[in-house]
Amino acid sequence: MGIRFILMVNKQGQTRLAQYYEWLTLEERRALEGEIVRKCLARNEQQCSFVEHRNYKIVYRRYASLFFLVGVDNDENELAILEFIHLLVETMDRHFGNVCELDIMFHLEKAHFMLEEMVMSGCIVETSKANILTPVQLLEKTS
Amino acid sequence: MNPFSSGTRLRDMIRAIRACKTAAEERAVVRKECAAIRAAINENDQDYRHRNLAKLMFIHMLGYPTHFGQMECLKLIASTGFPEKRIGYLGLMLLLDERQEVLMLVTNSLKQDLNHSNQYIVGLALCALGNISSAEMARDLAPDVERLLQFRDPNIRKKAALCSIRIIKKVPDLAENFMNPASSLLKEKHHGVLITGVQLCTDLCKVSSEALEYFRENCIEGLVKTLRDIANSPYSPEYDIAGITDPFLHIRLLKLLRILGQGDADASDCMTDILAQVASRTESNKNAGNAILYECVETIMSIEDNGGLRVLAINILGRFLSNRDNNIRYVGLNMLMKAIMVDAKAVQRHRATILECVKDSDASIQKRALELVYLLVNESNVKPLTKELIEYLEVSDQEFKGDITAKICSLVEKFSPAKIWYIDQMLKVLSEAGNFVKDEVWHALIIVISNASDLHGYTVRALYRVFQASTEQESLVRVAVWCVGEYGDMLVNNVGMLDIEEPITVTESDAVDAMEVAIKCQRLGLTTKAMALIALFKLSSRFPSCSERINDIIVQNKRSLVLELQQRSIEFSCILQKHQNIRSALVERMPILDEKTFSGRKAGSLPTAVSTSSIIPCNLPNGIGKPAAAPIGDLLDLSSDDAPPAPVSSGGDFLQDLLGVDLSPASAPSGTSQSPKTGTDVLLDLLSIGTSPSVQSSSSAIDILSSSHDNKAPVSNLNGLASHSSLSANATSPASSAGMMDLLDGTGAITQKHEENGPAYPSLVAYESSTLRMTFNFSRQPGNPQTTFIQATFTNLSPNVYNDFLFQAAVPKFLQLHLVPASSNTLPASGNGSITQCLKVTNTQHGKKSLVMRIRIAYKTNDKDVLEEGQINNFPRDL
Repeated sequence: MGIRFILMVNKQGQTRLAQYYEWLTLEERRALEGEIVRKCLARNEQQCSFVEHRNYKIVYRRYASLFFLVGVDNDENELAILEFIHLLVETMDRHFGNVCELDIMFHLEKAHFMLEEMVMSGCIVETSKANILTPVQLLEKTS
Repeated sequence: MNPFSSGTRLRDMIRAIRACKTAAEERAVVRKECAAIRAAINENDQDYRHRNLAKLMFIHMLGYPTHFGQMECLKLIASTGFPEKRIGYLGLMLLLDERQEVLMLVTNSLKQDLNHSNQYIVGLALCALGNISSAEMARDLAPDVERLLQFRDPNIRKKAALCSIRIIKKVPDLAENFMNPASSLLKEKHHGVLITGVQLCTDLCKVSSEALEYFRENCIEGLVKTLRDIANSPYSPEYDIAGITDPFLHIRLLKLLRILGQGDADASDCMTDILAQVASRTESNKNAGNAILYECVETIMSIEDNGGLRVLAINILGRFLSNRDNNIRYVGLNMLMKAIMVDAKAVQRHRATILECVKDSDASIQKRALELVYLLVNESNVKPLTKELIEYLEVSDQEFKGDITAKICSLVEKFSPAKIWYIDQMLKVLSEAGNFVKDEVWHALIIVISNASDLHGYTVRALYRVFQASTEQESLVRVAVWCVGEYGDMLVNNVGMLDIEEPITVTESDAVDAMEVAIKCQRLGLTTKAMALIALFKLSSRFPSCSERINDIIVQNKRSLVLELQQRSIEFSCILQKHQNIRSALVERMPILDEKTFSGRKAGSLPTAVSTSSIIPCNLPNGIGKPAAAPIGDLLDLSSDDAPPAPVSSGGDFLQDLLGVDLSPASAPSGTSQSPKTGTDVLLDLLSIGTSPSVQSSSSAIDILSSSHDNKAPVSNLNGLASHSSLSANATSPASSAGMMDLLDGTGAITQKHEENGPAYPSLVAYESSTLRMTFNFSRQPGNPQTTFIQATFTNLSPNVYNDFLFQAAVPKFLQLHLVPASSNTLPASGNGSITQCLKVTNTQHGKKSLVMRIRIAYKTNDKDVLEEGQINNFPRDL
């Protein structure tokens, strides 16, 4: 399966973007988000970016005020996921120009579009920023 | 403008929500907004539909229910404009999932969109399908997706590839259709298509083994070439990350190569060159490079053996371990766990580093390192490793203590070279972290202690010292209490001193003090207090001078509010006061517990063996009149002085014996739990009983006979106990004799049982000799074909009277036999009368095997004992 979910959470624990690739009910989602966020926020800079939670792993990284969390299967390459998170941030940066948390909040659907171009059904599809952003930019031009 | 009308823009709503100070305010805002949206939906408002959906998605992300918006998604998808479709599909993917039935309605829209002329719309549809399709949808739309795999636009091809992955996951049967298109995808140039194509092949291999074979034969060279091209390719701005072209593609290719090479030597050979190249030439100062190296090492470890490559891989791992970056170290530890299967020696070299990692401040690294240490331990390094781990146990955090303790205990158990070392280590662990220790662990410790008879003195003194130091760790207290109770005399008399011990003087009253502390301490649980009571009871026999004081303590607990303690103290004080004579026999030293059976039982996880809570005092010599199962009879069998001290193998309930009253080897062959020997042995054993007390082997035979006789047998056993020990014939196995009693009960009640059911089968002369004839009459109850009632009639053919007539029968395992007491045991001469006896036979293999029986008849005639034996094979076939 690869990637199970992608979350963007701010330092106060509020979810800014949530994309799940496996089915969970609303209560499960909230519980899951709460647990994971607590674990990740409690860690400091020196500790490694991988947390084991139940039967899968969480790879996370902090960019300014936002935490990017990706839940993956146990057999997934963690370092590659770290790279993927960075790629995601760079892509959003290119589109929004110096992206910050507010950009994501107010243009949530665009962030989702970008994410959808990159990941489908838990697998990484496209890693070239140009290819990812073409459809999104087209949409902007028409609307 | 009213901020909550459906005309609000998304950002205004977000601002409003952000402005809320409390959760209740936020809920109010959201509720108003939802109401507005619902109103808009009802009015079928076209203009603001996609705005509303965007708001709904935001609300959904916050965690509020939004199912009323699902139909909106469908309407949006069905509309013609691209922005609407876009939002509609996004909403579809976020708000719905594959289990909703609403999804089926979308299938038609999806089908149309898959064939749309605008390729972006096709892409949308593929995306949606790939994320949430259910099995039926997948089946319906599979042909379209297949066609799209060969579309002219690479973006569509890549999306179609990922969509196919989902389809074959949902519907594995369709995997064959995708095999060919997938292999052609592997020859693409476009990276996006290549990545997804590789992913598709990976999943195909996982799903279907013939796909695996197909790819193995055809595609490996192509893959190797692609990987080589990518590794050697010049700088490409589109896909470059940290100086490496498209590391994601690298990693995917390596993964696929891993799957193809696993278990197949030829495939592995093809890959060795490229793997070596990647492993040695990738730069490792950036994360991307390390990611590739990680994947490469994993692949090398999984494919077939190649010495040079393995060395390369372990070197890389060594570099990872010494890297300062925690992430890299974590990854290195992870890899080592896999490497240890392959090459344990190489990993041993890194033992010191791994031990360092156990003490690291990072929780993830600690966990990994601990698991790795556990895998590394073998007989030669167990002592130093355990020492390190125990030292670390003292300083570790609470959450981690449980893990470490469990690991240390299992390590010590598996690899302990000497019993004394084992006991020492376990004592240390228990005193540090006894509260985290599971029950099985301290049970096992007790077993080992009891087996190490020369160490009893040492153990009990060590435990006493530790107990004096602190009573915090409850498991430790329990073990200490048990040992002091059991070996108290050794403690006081300094029996079996070893050279390494310091001298210690403990008087009897000190020992009793310790037990009293255990009982009175508030912190300790019920089990511990109960064990302390029994220990005191044992001590009262071993230390006669203190028995007054012990009696007082026990009497104090008679008023305890806890039922368990109250019952025990009442029973104990009863014995102390009224039944002094049996006390010493009751509390004799426990027999050595058998480790093998215990671990076998532990593996089978029989609940009885490890239930410490169920220390029901049914083992106590309290109820003379208790209708008991076999163990009771065993425990009360006090006259078994002539029985050899056989090790208590599977007797009764292990722990109940352990924690209940200790008895001499009474429970040796508690027949019901022993496995019977096979076939004819059993029959022979049975027939060799006679009247001699060679009961050891009979126990197994008794299983054959149905032992579920009326309870009067065991009870009468118990009744007979108090008065005399004439049951010496039933010495060591009153349980087994319970079964025998019925057989031997020729002098039992004279019951004339006349089976009135008409014989459905002809009567059978089962046995005939010159002096005796036995006929069988069969009858059966309708509706119960397996059970047959046999009325046996004995006729005396000789001119002498037969006295003490006794009939015994034995049947093989698949039959069950009940015997009812005979009509009389005197057979008049010359056929002037007869004895009848009824048997009930149940055939569990009814229809497959017919009845067969061995019989033995014993009687006295002319002051001579006569014994006749025979076998009956001529039962009617369908009984």
